[in-house]
Amino acid sequence: MIAYLIRRILYAVPILIGVNLLTFALFFVVNTPDDMARMQLGVKRVTPESIEKWKQQHGYDKPLMLNKDASAMDKITDTIFWQKSARMFAFDFGESDDGRSISREITTRMGPSLAIALPTFIIGLMVAISFALILAMFRATAFDIAGVSFCVLLMSISGLFYIIGGQFLVSKVLHLVPISGYASGPDSFRFVLLPVVIGVIGGIGASSRWYRSIFLDEIGKDYVRTARAKGLPELTVLFRHVLKNAMIPILTGVVVIIPLLFMGSLLTESFFGIPGLGSYTIDAINAQDFSIVRAMVFLGSMLYILGLVLTDISYTMVDPRVRLT
Amino acid sequence: MSFMPEILWSDGLVFILLAALAVCAWYVRRHEHLLLPWRRVGQNATATVSLLVLSLFVIVGLLDSLHYRAALPENNTGETVYTPEVVSVFDKLVQPLRTQTEKTYSAPLAITLYAKESITDAQGNIMRDYPRLQFGGAHLSDVSLHDTDVFKRALLGAMVGLLIGLSIISLSLILCCVGNKDIYTQLIKIISRRGALIVATLIIAAFIGAIANLASVYHVLGTDKVGQDVLYLALKSIRTGLVIGTVTTLVTLPLGLLLGIAAGYLRGWVDDVVQYLYTVLNSIPSVLLIAAAVLMMQVIIETHPEWFNNSASRADLRLVSLCVILGITSWTGLCRLLRGETLKLRELDYIQAAQAFGVSSMRILTRHIMPNLMHIILIVLVLDFSALVLAEAVLSYVGVGVDPSMISFGTMINGARLEMGREPMVWWALAAAFGFMLALVLAANLFADAVRDAFDPRLNRAD
Repeated sequence: MIAYLIRRILYAVPILIGVNLLTFALFFVVNTPDDMARMQLGVKRVTPESIEKWKQQHGYDKPLMLNKDASAMDKITDTIFWQKSARMFAFDFGESDDGRSISREITTRMGPSLAIALPTFIIGLMVAISFALILAMFRATAFDIAGVSFCVLLMSISGLFYIIGGQFLVSKVLHLVPISGYASGPDSFRFVLLPVVIGVIGGIGASSRWYRSIFLDEIGKDYVRTARAKGLPELTVLFRHVLKNAMIPILTGVVVIIPLLFMGSLLTESFFGIPGLGSYTIDAINAQDFSIVRAMVFLGSMLYILGLVLTDISYTMVDPRVRLT
Repeated sequence: MSFMPEILWSDGLVFILLAALAVCAWYVRRHEHLLLPWRRVGQNATATVSLLVLSLFVIVGLLDSLHYRAALPENNTGETVYTPEVVSVFDKLVQPLRTQTEKTYSAPLAITLYAKESITDAQGNIMRDYPRLQFGGAHLSDVSLHDTDVFKRALLGAMVGLLIGLSIISLSLILCCVGNKDIYTQLIKIISRRGALIVATLIIAAFIGAIANLASVYHVLGTDKVGQDVLYLALKSIRTGLVIGTVTTLVTLPLGLLLGIAAGYLRGWVDDVVQYLYTVLNSIPSVLLIAAAVLMMQVIIETHPEWFNNSASRADLRLVSLCVILGITSWTGLCRLLRGETLKLRELDYIQAAQAFGVSSMRILTRHIMPNLMHIILIVLVLDFSALVLAEAVLSYVGVGVDPSMISFGTMINGARLEMGREPMVWWALAAAFGFMLALVLAANLFADAVRDAFDPRLNRAD
């Protein structure tokens, strides 16, 4: 197990290097720092001097990959690639364009993001699995057809509609909870409730339909027929046998997401004014603050790879046949 | 010539896709075994109805993809000069919707503006009231007749639409029955089998008739902040959504197909490289990757203003590049599926036999493996379509979608979002955008389901 984990982490290194090079190419080679400076300064104030000054302030006044003028190790380290991109391997994300430390922002904003994303994920998963199980129980009846049609309808509605419609209905018409904002501590419940409910409803269509098809795949298998043949009641068959075996394909899709919950949801957070990582990213995109976007890309891919490792580990927990070596 | 055709990048790509689709359809028609699953799709009532809805959307989208520039009135030098404004055939067809703009907000079917203004009446008195619209309901001299007029026009339009629908149906029924000996039984057979489609056609025809008749004198879905007709905006958005949903496949398909099959069939280092590529791309959160790429695209467009001779081609290039970016970020799913399936197929006996006979790899791939992957490709592409249409709205909201000057569901929602906070509320622009999007995506999803059911080999069928 330990050996497996170490190997997986070593596998992650080339992938992270790939991500790093890709973002570096996107942000610095396709567009030179001069272009960035021009964008940031606006059309009016562009002079060669002001561009130089902006680059110097933000540390972009170095060669891209190789510094020919420097000596020994500095040839590699005194470059934009080393200073801006490679440093992220040490979780050193540098500063955003307005001079704040990105790492500090990430740690403070993680809490609110999780406060929304974690309940949404857990409640959503439970609701979707139960709904899918009910549909599988009543398979090939009118109830099943109606349920699946309902799922397709829910899937076809834009996520933006759930947020805008829900905000309007609950906060403006019924005046139940505040429309947006966030507070820490026990008071946060009022602010978290609506985004969580909307997130659950928005995700239920696609996931229930998917889980239902997984359950139906399992129900068609031989061991289910055996279980029925020996006289087990349908509920026992569903919960003891089908649900347990269906967990394997469900886990493949679900566990990968767990680490990414830290990143928060872009749409929900920006609509509800929650100071999490999602709204941080949106603000950075709107302000064209490339250092933040770059940091978030790197963080995201790191969490994704963590998710892949977690998926493998979770297999061993639900499926005793799987051994990680 | 009184106009000059203008082929934008996206237009060209749309018509290339259309041609490719036509070639595929012609090929499938000639091969009975390929036609069989499509027959199954055709027997599914939901699938045919959703296909009808989809094709209406596609017709609007295609008409909106034929762009041209009109000629300006003759000047004294004698040479024809064209306006810089690029319009489409669809714009020309719904000319009144496009040009009859009001001052600002007005509710659906309204004859007055949405907010009170100071009006000077004939006697010179100034009072606060709702001013009449310039175009919406301008034919009405008596305001009290408004409701009856709306009702009458809707009814008349629905009647005409119903008649047109009936004539289309009877025409196609006649075409189906021509040359058949027992016309009566044939007719009954078709009607009983196509009942849902016939009813849906009639309902949609009546609906379109009513809307069209109302739209000639009213703003059926109201007007937005600058007085543009919301119905027109929603109809224009269809093309943007369709382009994003379809042109993206031009990127995903070659990438996913080539890399997926190569990885699965050749294995070894090719497989390693392809797997590495898609893990790297997958590991970056897709919205962020798209955002990063679009931001970069924006900088490039901004620094090269000399590439574009008008604003339409600029917005269009951004649309095409968005499609390319979406394609580059979304080919991984298709690639992974095709790789897995190819890995499975290459171990089957008939492939081994072909290899033993010394058939070249190229021929094995094209003759034996590709045809067995087609159902996966089709299912994935159809399912991706609706996801892409929905993604456009989200991306435009985040600010990394289409050009703000391009009419799309995303820009409509983005513009109308803040109006929800107004008192009294302006809801129609949002409702129109979400409604049209729901119709498009729902039809696509239902159709995709039918396609998957018909093509999925796992579902064994007796027939």
